[in-house]
Amino acid sequence: MGQSLRIGGSRAVKSDIVVTDGGPPGAGGAAPAVEVRGITKRFGSVLALRGADLALYPGEILGLVGDNGAGKSTLVNIISGAVAPNGGEIFVGGQKVHIGSPLDARRYGIETVYQDLALAPDLSVWANVFLGRERIVRGPMRYFGWLDRRAMASEAREQLDRTRIRIDSVDALVGKLSGGQRQAVAVGRSAAWGSRVLLLDEPTAALGVEQQERVGELVRNIAAHGLPVLLISHNLPQVHELCSRVAVMFQGRVIATVKTSESSIDEIVSWITGAALVTRRAE
Amino acid sequence: MTATASVGEAEQGGMSPSSEAIGLRAPAFQRILERLGSLWTFGVLVVIVVAFGIAAPSLYTKAAWLSTSEYAVEYLILAAGQTFVIVTAEIDLSDGAILGFSALAGSLLMNNLLNHHLDGGLTTFLGIVVMLASGTGVGLLNGLLTVKLRIPSFIVTLGMMIAVGYGAVNLLTNGNEISNLPSQVLAIGTVSVLGGWLPVPVLVALGVALLTGLALARTRFGLRTFAIGSNRLAARRAGVAVNRHIVWCFGLSGFLAGIAGLMVTANLSTASTIAGQNDELYAIAAVVIGGASLFGGRGSIFGTLIGTAVIAVLTTGLVLANVSAFWQYVAIGAVVIVAVAIDQVRTRTAD
Repeated sequence: MGQSLRIGGSRAVKSDIVVTDGGPPGAGGAAPAVEVRGITKRFGSVLALRGADLALYPGEILGLVGDNGAGKSTLVNIISGAVAPNGGEIFVGGQKVHIGSPLDARRYGIETVYQDLALAPDLSVWANVFLGRERIVRGPMRYFGWLDRRAMASEAREQLDRTRIRIDSVDALVGKLSGGQRQAVAVGRSAAWGSRVLLLDEPTAALGVEQQERVGELVRNIAAHGLPVLLISHNLPQVHELCSRVAVMFQGRVIATVKTSESSIDEIVSWITGAALVTRRAE
Repeated sequence: MTATASVGEAEQGGMSPSSEAIGLRAPAFQRILERLGSLWTFGVLVVIVVAFGIAAPSLYTKAAWLSTSEYAVEYLILAAGQTFVIVTAEIDLSDGAILGFSALAGSLLMNNLLNHHLDGGLTTFLGIVVMLASGTGVGLLNGLLTVKLRIPSFIVTLGMMIAVGYGAVNLLTNGNEISNLPSQVLAIGTVSVLGGWLPVPVLVALGVALLTGLALARTRFGLRTFAIGSNRLAARRAGVAVNRHIVWCFGLSGFLAGIAGLMVTANLSTASTIAGQNDELYAIAAVVIGGASLFGGRGSIFGTLIGTAVIAVLTTGLVLANVSAFWQYVAIGAVVIVAVAIDQVRTRTAD
């Protein structure tokens, strides 16, 4: 309980620690694409989230950082529908929504790129892009679920081209692609389907430096086309470089949201470790 | 297109050059095998058909074709269902037992109805319904036990094979066979077309292969079957109802075992308590020779058809060449091992 006191079990303390100087990007006052308020999640006796707030605005790349166990994954899993929250609200495009499953999330235009990429290596690129939303032919064969393979192949090609994904053939089996190409397919697939937000969970953890650069380019490209990206990463230099804002989680809450143009990596680190909290409270 | 292609090259050039280079330096025979895909088994089939034809020219007679196709019917129908199950990375050890059980259950009913002087046509219809329904039922039960209790299907279907294949079949008839069947059932086994070259059971088996082949390769159900076997978690995250799909695959395997039971009963004019025993092993062997991976994600009905033909031709060919029947088992066993070994070499290149 000492901990919760320190980071604020009461409203007074809470208002103390939520830093708003990183606020929404641009003073235009655009509505957030996706916003969560006061999300709580308990796993048995462990409080993983203690009222997390987060808002993601159109066209931005928002970094989500924090130490292991700070609640990043839980929060992302709640937004992507993989985990049900105990309390709190989720808004998509200003509307309050209930997300009960990954399918619900997808219906609201929320797409997730998982750390393991969630690709089927024995299927072609187009089949991976369309898995779960296969195109079926018109005509009587539709009753048998007859696949419109040509339509899926050409649409997959277009989708990947739009996000400037470089894949020679959409008929290639995903298992035969390089690690970077697989990453690109996973990101491109989600970017193509996502209409509200793209969640990226540690997208470059398994990649080499050059491939990280490419994924970074890809993410910038996606955001530039208007789809906001929530980037969960341990790679602070990358987060600092790619993101316009960074939200820092500490013990189940988003304790600070900072603009990368105004804060150094060191400052972000001080929030991650909680050191900044102590300083602020001392002031 | 040109722009994409050129960036594509740039991507590959910059991308982990080491792994690319390893792929290029693979031994030539591995690359040849990879090019051939699973077609090499077709080559093996051609070779053994020619080789046995030289050793025993009677292989090319109608009698040899009919006896070969009679084995093949049973194995092919079972193996078609087994292919779906294996592609999802599960296994069905009970399809032979289901064959025997459904054949006996339907025959028992037909026998009783005939004893009550019911019309032969209606009796046959009800008997077929019972065969297909009981086969499907046991298959669905396999699937439900596998996904609900989270028991590996190897164990579930092993238990089912013992309980149904050795227990239930004998309980049904106290261990007796049933040969009092309507003439309509026997007609299924004796009627044939194309001057006697294509008996009804062979037509049925080819029809099953065609339909299941199209379903696996060209429909949403087939695509999802591959996806589940290739990466189950990914399929689930993509919104595929994985558990339900697996139950359907086992149900399909059971349904086809029911059809196979009908064909066997028609061919032999008898439902025996040992019908179907060990058939599951041949069905699995046929699927594996056909290029399917027991780890799921790979396989085709065309491959399974070739695998079945290899086993059937090997069996007939060795008999016609006057080789001891025991060598058949050695030969088939060896082919299974060689097929998987070659497949391993092939996929190692791919990875």
